Amino acid sequence: MCERCAVEKDIYLPRLATLEKKRLMNPTEMYLRLSIDDNEPFDFIPGQFVEVSIAGVGEVPITISSSPTQKGYFELVVRRIGNVTNAIHRLRIGDKIGIRGPLGKGTYPVEEAKGKNIVFICGGIGLVPQRSFINYILDNRADYKELAVLLGTKCMAQRFFHSEIDGWSHRNDIRFMETVDQADDCWLGNVGVVTTLIPKIETELQSALVFICGPPVMYKFVLMALQEAEVPRERIFMNLERKMKCGVGKCGHCQINNYYACIDGPVFRYSDLRIAPEAI
Amino acid sequence: MKTVTIDKNAFRRFVDGIIKQQRVIGVCAKGDRFDFEQLESADQLRLDYDVTLQPPKKYFLPPVETLLTYEVGDGYKSVYDDTEFVLLGVHPYDMVALNQLDKLFTQDNFDTHYMKRRHNATIVVCDVISPSKNVFASSMGTATVKDGFDVLLTDIGNAFVMESGSKKGDSFIAKAQDVVDSSEKDLQARHKIQAENEKRLNNHKLKCEASYLPKLLEKAYDHPVWEEKAKTCFSCGSCNLVCPTCYCFNVQDDVNWDFISGKRQRAWDGCLLDGFTKVAGEHEFRKKRADRFRHRLYRKCKYVPEKISSQIMSCVGCGRCVGACLPDIANPVKVYNRLVDDLGIK
Ligand SMILES: Cc1cc2nc3c(=O)[nH]c(=O)nc-3n(C[C@H](O)[C@H](O)[C@H](O)COP(=O)(O)OP(=O)(O)OC[C@H]3O[C@@H](n4cnc5c(N)ncnc54)[C@H](O)[C@@H]3O)c2cc1C
Ligand code: SF4
Ligand code: SF4
Ligand code: FES
Repeated sequence: MCERCAVEKDIYLPRLATLEKKRLMNPTEMYLRLSIDDNEPFDFIPGQFVEVSIAGVGEVPITISSSPTQKGYFELVVRRIGNVTNAIHRLRIGDKIGIRGPLGKGTYPVEEAKGKNIVFICGGIGLVPQRSFINYILDNRADYKELAVLLGTKCMAQRFFHSEIDGWSHRNDIRFMETVDQADDCWLGNVGVVTTLIPKIETELQSALVFICGPPVMYKFVLMALQEAEVPRERIFMNLERKMKCGVGKCGHCQINNYYACIDGPVFRYSDLRIAPEAI
Repeated sequence: MKTVTIDKNAFRRFVDGIIKQQRVIGVCAKGDRFDFEQLESADQLRLDYDVTLQPPKKYFLPPVETLLTYEVGDGYKSVYDDTEFVLLGVHPYDMVALNQLDKLFTQDNFDTHYMKRRHNATIVVCDVISPSKNVFASSMGTATVKDGFDVLLTDIGNAFVMESGSKKGDSFIAKAQDVVDSSEKDLQARHKIQAENEKRLNNHKLKCEASYLPKLLEKAYDHPVWEEKAKTCFSCGSCNLVCPTCYCFNVQDDVNWDFISGKRQRAWDGCLLDGFTKVAGEHEFRKKRADRFRHRLYRKCKYVPEKISSQIMSCVGCGRCVGACLPDIANPVKVYNRLVDDLGIK
């Protein structure tokens, strides 16, 4: 019998968690609050994800959306798009689901960002993972300098986290800017894609750390805009989403050239991706 | 660790004795070709084979395996396959492949499912006697193997030299009767066979040192060869299936008839298959055949060796994909040589 097999845990074995709260935030996005059943620690760094199991349906990677400063529970936001995510939407309060993780060594650079200006650029559901670090910064506000959050959403109906976002826009220690691609008459805010907000950032960009998360098509345009603003690649970070089947660096599905999104990411430093043309 | 010589009749009796005690998987004839199968008698064993249809990886990473069982609302349980077995007659290049899989399944996160099987196995490697039509192990530095095996067997004519490479190997050899410590002459005979194999298992000759391939590929990302070759690719994934170092898998849940219990299984997958990188909402990251074709050849000789810091490439030169590919485009040597021709060395 192998000595290590005797002590190592099964990396594919989920723990149980209980659904405490759920709320549909817009036609496709469900907010979920969960707590782990066992007493083993569940410590995570903003940017890490969990593999959520629905028995009989399958497993999907979902980034933790709450900040680690909130203890005793964690939050996820799940978009209904396929088999497992639809099953997640059908869960009822008190239901048990499987959780593996937290996973991913590529996290937000919580320490490196201290004392620096921070800019988040989010496309739609890309706000969900970024929210963990945004709220972490707000809970440790004195450690960080200026904070700007840019959010672009496709249409009015897709907007979410209304009250939380409303709270941000009324604080004076966070500069929150929002735009929608297509607006209706009731919308008084910005109209256009998220890149149109970049020139409006008042924070000094060259020395800031910039975090990007959104749909695959968004990255190219945002990166072009940041290049124009002369933000060095070392200070740009991106959440990269890829198909995942194991979440632990074995199955090969999430590979981006030399990197694995599941273990080397999901948050990557842009300058590290120079050797990974498949990233963008 | 011991090195002994055993005459061929005694070896046959030895194998028959082990078959009575435990599961022995060995190389057998299958029509005019060969494959690994469970042995019922030592007479079935064909250590003079050229190459097996399937590599031995399936005994450690089965085509389909159950990882967990579950009951809805009641959690998950790990499932392990815990039977000891002997794997008899693995060629050196396939052993090199297993050594790499060992690293990959223990690096970063330890895969207990793979490793349990690995530790339950006693692996007996045998030096090649009949080179296969497409082998190029000499080019890849995998014609002989120095570690990883429990026992190394070399046919020196009327007898085998048996070298132990581990404690498991020691106890395996200890079960053999009628063995003598190998004489200097036997060891020289073995050395001669191994030295010859290091040159002659080379039916496709690589035009550069294998260790240069990661550097070569660094310059070749946008080379036209990927498009040219992939034009006729069926995306059938056969090249993945037969490869001793391909280990990508899919994970799926299976529900029992009671709709309460079921199992989670993993099954082989292939990076050449369309849909390998497709996410919900239809976006596919390597949609073009050429991108997938390139990915396999980069994995073999750049990504994976760099990941496990290996001087030896992850194409071990078994030649199986060469024979498995209907449009005849999968041969790694042809692609790499073309790159050497066009881009030069250095
Ligand atoms: C690191 C990471 C974090 C994520 N965070 C969130 C989040 O916070 N909220 C959210 O709504 N979505 C998130 N996603 C996307 C989410 O994982 C997919 O929408 C989900 O896997 C779709 O599964 P499905 O079974 O519903 O769809 P199906 O189309 O039925 O998918 C079948 C299987 O393919 C795999 N798969 C399909 N699409 C994806 C995908 N986009 N990414 C990874 N695997 C996929 C999964 O294993 C899935 O079970 C994240 C993805 C990654 C990689
Ligand atoms: S790439 Fe082809 S020749 Fe190389 S190890 Fe795999 S199957 Fe064998
Ligand atoms: S075996 Fe040949 S045709 Fe099939 S996927 Fe591989 S390269 Fe393409
Ligand atoms: S998800 Fe399996 S290797 Fe990354």
